[in-house]
Amino acid sequence: MLQINDLTVAYSNVPVFTDLSVNFSPGKITGIIGPNGAGKSTLIKGTLGLVRRSGNATLNGTAINRVRQKIAYVEQRAALDLTFPISVFEVVLTGTYGKLGLFKSPGRKEKELATDALKQVNLSEFKNRQIGELSGGQLQRVFVARAIVQQADVVILDEPFVGIDMKSEEEIMNVLRGWRDAGKTIIVVHHDLNKVAAYFDELLIMNHGVIDHGPVATVYTQENMARAFSADLSAVLFNKRAGA
Amino acid sequence: MTSIVEFLHALGHYNFLQSALMAAIMVGIMSGIIGSFIILRGMSLMGDAISHSVLPGVAVAYMLGVNLMIGATTFGVIAALLIGFVASNSKLKNDTAIGIVFSAFFALGFILISMAESSTNLHHILFGNVLAVSDSDLLSTFVVLAIVIVFVFALFKELQITSFDEVFAKSYGLNTSIIHYGLMIILTLVTVSALQTVGIILIVAMLITPAATAFLWTNRLVYMLFVSSGVGAVASIVGLYLSYTMNWASGPAIVLVAAIIFLISFVIAPKQGILAKLGVKNVKKA
Ligand SMILES: Nc1ncnc2c1ncn2[C@@H]1O[C@H](COP(=O)(O)OP(=O)(O)O)[C@@H](O)[C@H]1O
Ligand SMILES: [Mg+2]
Repeated sequence: MLQINDLTVAYSNVPVFTDLSVNFSPGKITGIIGPNGAGKSTLIKGTLGLVRRSGNATLNGTAINRVRQKIAYVEQRAALDLTFPISVFEVVLTGTYGKLGLFKSPGRKEKELATDALKQVNLSEFKNRQIGELSGGQLQRVFVARAIVQQADVVILDEPFVGIDMKSEEEIMNVLRGWRDAGKTIIVVHHDLNKVAAYFDELLIMNHGVIDHGPVATVYTQENMARAFSADLSAVLFNKRAGA
Repeated sequence: MTSIVEFLHALGHYNFLQSALMAAIMVGIMSGIIGSFIILRGMSLMGDAISHSVLPGVAVAYMLGVNLMIGATTFGVIAALLIGFVASNSKLKNDTAIGIVFSAFFALGFILISMAESSTNLHHILFGNVLAVSDSDLLSTFVVLAIVIVFVFALFKELQITSFDEVFAKSYGLNTSIIHYGLMIILTLVTVSALQTVGIILIVAMLITPAATAFLWTNRLVYMLFVSSGVGAVASIVGLYLSYTMNWASGPAIVLVAAIIFLISFVIAPKQGILAKLGVKNVKKA
């Protein structure tokens, strides 16, 4: 169980949320939705200790800082330099760095892991490509492959489907479902409200704090969506659903 | 051509020229390696800042009669810390903080040096005087080269991942600040070594130009390190030759050669070279 207790994050004294507490269960794909600027990415970064925060986050009772190897994180549209001299295979291999620790370089075992992971996301033939020579969807699959290599118990993805093709989205969803069925805790920050019911087991709806959290069937309601987004948007969303 | 023969002849006869050549080659290699990481991290300006900021350290070391490396490293690291402090404790952006700190350090160093030593020395510190390399200079340059190679070899994957994807490195628990400041310390050591061959003003060129050239030719970090140090070494050899035969200052001579190699690469390199781009356009038209 990933537990977040009384988490507060502020950027230059303006809090994004205060005393936020929420638990994420294993064996579930949990979606996090909320309007732009609601603090979804900030919740992830606060949980991982990537921004200054108060409160704490634990995995099965242990502080995150001490179990980092058990968590994989796929950043939102990482602002990476895609001209960097690194190949697809080398990027995936960096997923082994955490467990390797300082001074050790990846050996045969690590390279096999990376090769397998690339196969799982159907990118084997691209392994020697420079990282900039990929489409958006292929690039995102590379980062999912890196998460595979990390062999983590918890995988957190921040808006992984933005700007990618349907085929890549489907392939990534299949990887996530496989992880879920293997009992991992999967957390996906998501923007496309139409897919909520199809993709997620649980939903965390937020807007500078938790609006509601629970199984999709119980929390994905017109009322909650109106509170998080707007009454208009919510009405459109649910009328469409009722009509379909 | 006779001048090449003369140069080789002189090399065989004069110890000082042999020392100069060895020092220049070693500096070319080390700055090519460290420079690759500097440009990949988008820290070219930081490289310039650190190299200028060691000047007061050099002056203080002269005055107190301590080792140049110690004085320079101290001030280089103070500058790096100060830049980080100003940038993270104000609204100012990193490049602004860099501009303020390094110009202040350089100004302080300039005044201290003029107080401590004659103006010829200042000129040599600013523009290099490779023909005056002593045996102990050669030894310390060799030690720095060894440190650079061991550092990059031992921490290759950490340097790679923090340069490529720092957030990911933090997420798996790597202390990225240690890598950053480690690199800054190594950078100041390289700066002090390069002081004698190219001088403070042009060190940044040795860090950036060979690395940028290698970047145009390669798609893998390891290859980039080799090509970059190769370009640095070749520029040093040819520059030293020009410096000796034409009686030019060694720093500008070496840096100009590096710039010419870059220019040629800029035109013909397969990746981002002008010709390659024209080629792409033609293919697209067809
Ligand atoms: N590094 C930052 N510095 C200052 N403000 C930030 C920073 N990152 C995010 N914010 C602000 O915090 C709020 C939450 O941002 P974020 O967590 O990225 O939202 P979301 O991911 O839900 O779109 C927004 O108002 C955003 O402008
Ligand atoms: Mg976000």
